[in-house]
Amino acid sequence: MTSLASLVRTPIDPIAIIRTVSNPGNGAVLLFLGAVRQVNEGRDVTGIDYAAYETMAQRELEAIVTEASAKFGTTDVTVQHRLGELGVEDVSVAIAVGHAHRDAAYSVSRFVIEELKRRVPIWKREHYTDGTREWVDPTGKASAGAPS
Amino acid sequence: MTVTLLLFASYADALGASSLDMELPHESTVGELLTAIRSRPGAERLPPRPLVAVNQAYAGLDAVVREGDEVALIPPVAGG
Repeated sequence: MTSLASLVRTPIDPIAIIRTVSNPGNGAVLLFLGAVRQVNEGRDVTGIDYAAYETMAQRELEAIVTEASAKFGTTDVTVQHRLGELGVEDVSVAIAVGHAHRDAAYSVSRFVIEELKRRVPIWKREHYTDGTREWVDPTGKASAGAPS
Repeated sequence: MTVTLLLFASYADALGASSLDMELPHESTVGELLTAIRSRPGAERLPPRPLVAVNQAYAGLDAVVREGDEVALIPPVAGG
């Protein structure tokens, strides 16, 4: 039984994360990696720096793992998000799930990444080949209250 | 009362600071705090109703802010 959520400033080790969710009862072990893409919305990206409201982001990540465990019946969920400067192809987020069966494992993995993108206070600033840097706004808008 | 407002990412750039001390009447709401921010230089670059967290949880406009609370403006999140 493992539930781990963390923000890290060093490279993510996928093998180490898989180990945290592997056990004799888990017939399915699933790893999702998010990586820095070279092109975003037509612009050439050379790297990204990630920033966070760290104490709240940690709390939200832990809450997401707890919700996933309750919803899908596994406590073997590990999520790591990297902060700081990353280059193209570097891993920014890793989600490992262990479950008795694959259907639930896929559901947990999807739930965690979608909730992370919806509500965890992490921001990324893309660096472009022309030397400029911009904070990414995936919504194009903002509103008061909890995210819907 | 004085409330320290935390700012991040594009909002920190807009207001030129990572935190602001806001002087507010006791038991002000989040909505009143957002109104008070409008007088700060750079606030015109914020959206009309930015997300707010009080004590590290998302809060609505009617939520009450008390002395010593940790209040933050949350730009659109972009993790992953």
